[in-house]
Amino acid sequence: MMKFRFRRQGNDPQREKIKQELFAFNKTVEHGFPHQPCALAFDPQLQLMAIGTKSGAIKIYGSPGVEFTGLHRDAAAVAQIHFLQGQVSLLGHFLDIHVCVCYNVCDVVSSASRVTVLLLLSSCDLLCVGTEGGGIHFLDLPRLSLRDNQSLLLDQVMQSIPEDYRCGKSLGPVESLQEHPKQPGKILIGYSRGLVVLWDLSTRNAEHMFLGKQQLESLVWERSGSSFVSSHSDGGYSVWAVASGNTYTHQPVSSSIPYGPFPCKAINKILWRTIQSGCPVVLYSGGMPRASYGDRHCVTIQQDKQHVTLDFTSRVIDFFTVHTTDPEHDYDDPKALVVLLEEELVVIDLLTTGWPSVPPPYLAPLHSSAITTSCHLDNVPAKLWDRLAAAGNNQGAQPGVRHAHGSWPICGGKNLAPPPRQQELLLTGHEDGTVRFWNVSAVAMTPLYKLSTANVFHTDCDPNDDPLDPTNDPEALQEEEWPPFRKVGCFDPYSDDPRLGIQKISLCKYSCRLVVAGTAGQVIVLGLSDEWSDHTVDVSTVDLLQDREGFTWKGHDRLEPRASPAPFPPGFQPLVLVQALPPASVTSVMLHAEWNLVAFGTSHGFGLFDYHRRTAVLARCTLHPNDSLAMEGPLSRVKSLKKSLRQSFRRIRKSRVSGKKRPIPTPTSKIQEANAALADQEEVAPVQRRIEPRSADDSLSGVVRCLCFADTYLRDGTHHGPTLWAGTNSGSVYAYALEVPGVGTGRGRPGGEGSGCVEAVLGKEIQLMHRAPVVSVCVLDGRGKPLPEPYQASLDLATAPDMTNPHSVLIASEEQLKVFSLPKVGAKTKFKLTAHEGCRVRRVAMVTVCSTAQEDYSETSLVCLTNLGDLHLFNVPALRPQVRYDCIRKEDISGIASCVFTRNGQGFYLISPSEYQRFSLSAKVITEPLCTVELERPLETHIRSLLHTNTSGNTHSSLLETHTLLAVPGGDYNRTWPRCSNHWCNMITFFGSSQDSSSRI
Amino acid sequence: CFYVIRTPERNSLFEAEYRRFALKMSGICGFQEFYRLLQTVHHIPGVEVLLGYADIQGDLLPINNDDNFYKALSSANPLLRIIIQKRDVDEPVVFATNSLQRRKKGLAGLRPAQQKSKPGLMIGLPQDFRQISSIIDVDILPETHRRVRLHKHGTHKPLGFYIRDGVSMRVTPQGVEKVPGVFISRLVRGGLAESTGLLGVNDEILEVNGIDVAGKSLDQVTDMMVANSHNLIVTVKPANQRNNVVPRASRVSAGGNSSSGSVGSAFSHDSAPSTASQSVSHHSNSNSVAEGDSDEDGDGDLIIETDSLPPYLPHRCVSNGNGSHRESPLSSSLGQRPLPQSMSLSMTTPTHNCSPTKTSSSQESMREDGNIITL
Repeated sequence: MMKFRFRRQGNDPQREKIKQELFAFNKTVEHGFPHQPCALAFDPQLQLMAIGTKSGAIKIYGSPGVEFTGLHRDAAAVAQIHFLQGQVSLLGHFLDIHVCVCYNVCDVVSSASRVTVLLLLSSCDLLCVGTEGGGIHFLDLPRLSLRDNQSLLLDQVMQSIPEDYRCGKSLGPVESLQEHPKQPGKILIGYSRGLVVLWDLSTRNAEHMFLGKQQLESLVWERSGSSFVSSHSDGGYSVWAVASGNTYTHQPVSSSIPYGPFPCKAINKILWRTIQSGCPVVLYSGGMPRASYGDRHCVTIQQDKQHVTLDFTSRVIDFFTVHTTDPEHDYDDPKALVVLLEEELVVIDLLTTGWPSVPPPYLAPLHSSAITTSCHLDNVPAKLWDRLAAAGNNQGAQPGVRHAHGSWPICGGKNLAPPPRQQELLLTGHEDGTVRFWNVSAVAMTPLYKLSTANVFHTDCDPNDDPLDPTNDPEALQEEEWPPFRKVGCFDPYSDDPRLGIQKISLCKYSCRLVVAGTAGQVIVLGLSDEWSDHTVDVSTVDLLQDREGFTWKGHDRLEPRASPAPFPPGFQPLVLVQALPPASVTSVMLHAEWNLVAFGTSHGFGLFDYHRRTAVLARCTLHPNDSLAMEGPLSRVKSLKKSLRQSFRRIRKSRVSGKKRPIPTPTSKIQEANAALADQEEVAPVQRRIEPRSADDSLSGVVRCLCFADTYLRDGTHHGPTLWAGTNSGSVYAYALEVPGVGTGRGRPGGEGSGCVEAVLGKEIQLMHRAPVVSVCVLDGRGKPLPEPYQASLDLATAPDMTNPHSVLIASEEQLKVFSLPKVGAKTKFKLTAHEGCRVRRVAMVTVCSTAQEDYSETSLVCLTNLGDLHLFNVPALRPQVRYDCIRKEDISGIASCVFTRNGQGFYLISPSEYQRFSLSAKVITEPLCTVELERPLETHIRSLLHTNTSGNTHSSLLETHTLLAVPGGDYNRTWPRCSNHWCNMITFFGSSQDSSSRI
Repeated sequence: CFYVIRTPERNSLFEAEYRRFALKMSGICGFQEFYRLLQTVHHIPGVEVLLGYADIQGDLLPINNDDNFYKALSSANPLLRIIIQKRDVDEPVVFATNSLQRRKKGLAGLRPAQQKSKPGLMIGLPQDFRQISSIIDVDILPETHRRVRLHKHGTHKPLGFYIRDGVSMRVTPQGVEKVPGVFISRLVRGGLAESTGLLGVNDEILEVNGIDVAGKSLDQVTDMMVANSHNLIVTVKPANQRNNVVPRASRVSAGGNSSSGSVGSAFSHDSAPSTASQSVSHHSNSNSVAEGDSDEDGDGDLIIETDSLPPYLPHRCVSNGNGSHRESPLSSSLGQRPLPQSMSLSMTTPTHNCSPTKTSSSQESMREDGNIITL
């Protein structure tokens, strides 16, 4: 141990330099859809869209590849976002800010109340703040200072309304503020009770009053400013004419309740867009009949007789239209409707008849069904890539979905990133039995192809079962349905059968063979085909218990394979289905396409299957006799019932607290909250940990954690041959020597058909003394490099492994990394990670990292993600620690579990159910956004400048930096710019923690 | 059921005699009877001998009463190796972790033992017991700290204590500060930790196997201890500071052996009540050299070389007619395989539910699945 310590401390400056050239940790991009989005904004001039989330992140998107991310320090939820038009300035309105805004307003005026709406004037120098109390306050921009004595309070408005309308009631909160489209100094104010006031800011005078009787939800101007539309809580909307002359209007021009006559839900937001060639388009969310469709999430598009009710699977957050804003133009002529839902972004093309949806080039909803596993492939050959893309295009050609990225309506900014050096593929396995193929070569993660495995099985909701299903009958669809629903979007978290879930994936990119393994012990071997095919899938079962007595499986049944031939679309089509018995979830799978072998492991044992000859080669039970739990089925629930009950009660209690609409943060409630937090802490008994070494009879000790194929020396030092390695949860490693006809020794005819069966003979068994689960097994060649993938050597795609010097095997357990010599298994080097650092290995991968200084220099390292979320890099085979980085929060268990590494030193992990964070360990290979936004700033002297992110990480820090600068009390707006990086100088961001902002206001 | 007992007799270091004989399990009722039987078998009636056996982990353990005799028998499967030694040999047998291996490695570690004088006071026969704990590094640690080594001897018995987070007072250049610390929260009744008497509730844990735990979370410390559990060395600051080891200066005696006396006496009264579990600490090589040594041995993984695997497959295995799985011939051949000549210990461990009434075929399949261990 001491020896080792000394060795570690030897800091060779030369080595340190090389390390710096090799390794660097960067979190680069976030792929996927932001978790819990809650605000949306669009800048029509810059053509940029901003999305704010509950966790305080603001993401800006333009044309594909143009992405910016900013994260607020305090992780407060973003309530509203407003673009300062044309200036890439973004007003982030955080709940925190508005608390402090209110408090500051309270100091000035005595009506304490919360902010409900914000209006940013087109002149960009004034911010109007509507509050719950009905008052409107005006803040100067960009300093966010309150204009003293200019606030418009309810009393002033009340004075000018007629006596009969007043009736002693308050007007209610300000629900909407809209600036007059033609006359900049006038704003339309909508109060909750129904009153709408056209207010002239310069004269401070109510020019016109619209005495609405129905509770108001939102307002929108007609483009010419001659009329406006109001939407109401009863599900109706009204059109009001703004005629000069009379001060009071009692009745709207027209009024309708589109989904009446039965009670309807409120129309939360309405848009009214004029079109040169016809009737205006009305777009609104909500308004559905309360009793029958009150639970649907809908946006309605209506133009004359055309009427579509877009039916979404998740809540509508906000929507906007992309339309002409050129003041010369007399009509809106909307191009597209962009709807932000809680779980996805849907874009509708309004120019094409039928209003088809446009697949977004970014913000892909990764989680359309929950992600259960993932797998990354780099350097995907063009052959496979093109065939996959073709199959994917074929899938996209469905009615109602237009597949053209060229017409993406949001097109701000310019992508400067060079075309990717190689094609990278990320495969995600989902709960509903689908595997999605994503293009992750560049910053924007786009779907390539989707594979469903459900049609291999006979499931309850098989569409072929009942041809009378109305959804399949086109005639039935024609029938008049009211409202005219159309299902839009792909978020569908409901799984037909939990057993279909994908657990492990293995793909050979050279032979286009894919193995997908699932929850009910199914292992499906698939091949790529460009044609439709009607065939029956061969089914085999492999009994992993091998007649062992005394065990009964109490878990789910195996999936029933489909008896009749099924039509399989072009793409990956199943060839063989292997079902493990008992049908426990598959815990590891490995494919060797060159040998036509697939190995799979469950909690009971592992099996080896020759899919060429359709025969099982080996089945080995790994169960420990004392392990009763493994037989109970998928993880016993009894154990955690008490805990989960307690947790769910807590959750309910919490949601009751936070679920209130607009909770008013009064000082007393804050104290209560703090008390509750304290009480929560006290409730938890002091945590104790038992010091108990692992024993052989731990539950689930037989789980096969990893499998590995290698052509190496197992029998003796002179003859190598195919081998299979399997590692279990209890620290056992089994090594089998395989006899594959035509492989290795030159015996048998190469490629000869029927030259015999594959055979497996147990060669070695290694029982690690510390009994920790084996996370990975990897065979190293004579130079200490990992063996190449199947076909890589034979197709001359990689340097051939060194077969002259003795090989070794690297076994990584949860606690230790160890290299053993082969064929005589003797320990060579080891690193006791847990004994030294107290952390446990969760994920291990071999990565090859290239140097930034020397083009051809690269090193192979072992990267190891621990349960504390940090990454350790070791050189191989000496296992000396190189660098260590903090990567994931240790509380983020799902993030740690979802981490996947690429071979070139990048990685992905889930930061929410719907987002992958991409990171890079390599100083050279970094995938990051590289884009510009050109803009003009009227406030400054019309400098054309660039909004630019060049290095990863800057995206985050710059946003915060500008914020910090702006928050300096009395700091001059112009003087602060030189401190920012040049490229960021035009970004004004009003992020604010409460302290900062309060000091400003 | 017959047990084959292989009995190498050790009269001295160089004069050895090996015997192997079968013994009917039910035939022997107690230690005394067995002792006499051995004397008869070896033709050494009247000679005082010490009996030892090798347990599953390769530890040399004593047989000196009915209890451990039965324990020894139960651990024999099917071979039990018994070592017989004359009681008056100079060199005492050391029963400890990996004692067999260490002996094999050479006599370097034992040489000083031969030179030492007879200890004046014997609390018990140390050679009859095996060490479960020791206080080490007394000379380099501050008086207020105690470094305890726990020997688990490969048993699955838990170490027997719980730890918790807590607050500790530390003297820093800025003055006294409160810092988070890790403490022993509970001892398991009859567990290893309690039986040593060296660890107590509320003792603060400072180091685990030489690594400072400051700044580490409770889970990290737990994992470190578990990872080191085969040879756990914890440095604690005992909550009860009265039983601290008095510095050696007060009890000067010659030779490296003396520290054992002081250490032993320092805690013997603590451990006295728990001697029922036949665990009394006694001195063995409690120096750091041996510690590092055993650390290297401690996690020797078991490698099973399947001899049945032909060096280079000389024959093509005939596959079954239905082309189904082919199990390795390991089990069948292992049954017939003679025991290796050179090895120190060999045994097969059938699964626990293997009953003699089972048919031979089921027995074979059971053996096939059981752990086959070869050192």
